[in-house]
Amino acid sequence: MIRVFSHNDLLFMLRGAGMTLMLTAITAFGGLVFGFVLGLLKTFPHSKIANAIGALYTYVFRGTPLLLQIFIFYFGLPILGFDTSPLQSVSIALVAYSSAYIGEILRGSIQSIDKGQWEASASLAFTYWQQMRRVILPQAFKISIPPLVGFLVSIIKGTSLTSIVGYIELTKSGTIVLQATYQPFLVYAIVCLFYFALCYPLSLLGSRLERRFIPSA
Amino acid sequence: MLRIEGMSKSFGTLEVLKDVSLHVHKGEVVVIIGRSGSGKSTLLRCVNGLEPIDSGSIWFESRQVIRTPRDLRDLRKQVGFVFQNFNLFPHLTALQNVALGPRVVKRVPKREAESRAMEELSRVGLADKCDSYPANLSGGQQQRVAIARGLAMDPKLMLFDEVTSALDPELIGEVLKVMEDLANSGMTMLSVTHEMGFARHVADRVVFMHGGRIEEEGPPDQVFDHPESPNLRQFIGAIL
Repeated sequence: MIRVFSHNDLLFMLRGAGMTLMLTAITAFGGLVFGFVLGLLKTFPHSKIANAIGALYTYVFRGTPLLLQIFIFYFGLPILGFDTSPLQSVSIALVAYSSAYIGEILRGSIQSIDKGQWEASASLAFTYWQQMRRVILPQAFKISIPPLVGFLVSIIKGTSLTSIVGYIELTKSGTIVLQATYQPFLVYAIVCLFYFALCYPLSLLGSRLERRFIPSA
Repeated sequence: MLRIEGMSKSFGTLEVLKDVSLHVHKGEVVVIIGRSGSGKSTLLRCVNGLEPIDSGSIWFESRQVIRTPRDLRDLRKQVGFVFQNFNLFPHLTALQNVALGPRVVKRVPKREAESRAMEELSRVGLADKCDSYPANLSGGQQQRVAIARGLAMDPKLMLFDEVTSALDPELIGEVLKVMEDLANSGMTMLSVTHEMGFARHVADRVVFMHGGRIEEEGPPDQVFDHPESPNLRQFIGAIL
C-alpha cells in the first residue's frame, strides 16, 4: 500500500540521522583511541615486531572492503559465540576499519616531524615517551588534523554501509520510507541533505581547529 | 672531564672516524677545525650518543659512558648540545623552549623553571623575545635561544656543532659573542666551527681533523702560525 510522504516519515528519517550520528561518534572515538595506539606501534623505534604488527593490521583492514568487514563482524561474532547487538557488531567493524586509516594518518604525521626535533629532545635527556608527549605529538597532531577531518567526513558516509545488514541508520530509514511512499527523488534528496548537514559542520570545525593550532604569528 | 679513547665510526663502508682520541679538561675551550667531511661533526655527535660508535670508549668525569639508554640520558643531563640548524621546538615560545628540559627531565616546577629560563634568555640577550615563537625569530636569535636551552640544564660541558654555519653573515657575530662570554665564564666547551677568528681568539686548544683522524692539535698560535702537517698548512692557506 502506498501512502503519502508525511512529517512522520521525516521524523523517522531524522531518528535515522541520529543513529548515523551516534555510529559516527562511536567510530570516531574508538578509531582515534585504537588508531593512536596503532600509530605509536608503527613508529615505535625500539621494536621491529611492534612496527610489523601495526603494519599487518593496516594491510588487512585497508586491503579489504568495509562492507565485507561489516558482514564478517555482524554475522561472524554471533557464530563465535559473542552475544553482540547489531549496534555493537557494526560499531566494532567500523572502529576496526577506521583505526587502520587513522593509525596510518598518525604514522605519517609522526614521521613527517623533522629528525632534528628528535635529536634536540634526545640531547636534553628526554626519554622516548617524553619526546613523544612534549615535542613530537603536539606537532604531529597539528599536521594530522586536515586528513583526520577528511577521514571522519568519509566515515559519516561510510556508516551508510551498515544499512545493508539492516541496521537502521539514515540510509536504511530512507529506504524504509521509500518502500512505503515510492517517492525516490524526494526521499533520497532528504537523505543526502541530512548527510550534508552532518558533514559540513565537521569540515568547518576542521578548518577552525587547524587555524587555532598554528602558533599566532 | 671528557676523554675519548680510540673511537672509530663507519657509515657503511665509509670510515668517518679512525681511532680518534681526544681529552677535554675542565674549563677548557677546545675548537675542532677541518674540511667538510673530515669527521668533525660526527665526532661531536658520537660524544653524546646521537650516533653510535663502532669501537673505542668515551669517558665523562672519570666514568666510562656505557651506551644504554639510561646511561646516555645521564650523560646528556650534563652535556649540552647546540645544533647547526637550531632545532628549536616550533610549537613552544622561546621561554617554553628553554624551560622545557628542566621541567620534563629534572621535574623543576613550572614557575621556577620559567624564571630560570628567563635568566638564561637574559644571558643571551633575548629576555624581550621570551614570548616569541621560533618562526618569528631571526636565525641568530633562534641560535641564541638554543644555547640558552642548553644552558638551562646546568651542563658541565657544552658541545657546539657548527652553530654559525646556517646563519646569514651579519648574524654570526651575535652568536659568537654569546659563545665567547660563555667561554669567559669558565664553561667547558667543545666546538666544531669554520669561524677561524673565534678559534684563534677564544680557544685554549685547536684540533685539526683530516680524513677522520686528528692530525694536529695545540694552542691556537701554534696551530695557525706554525702548522706542522702539510694538510693543515694547506687548509690554513685556503681559508686565510
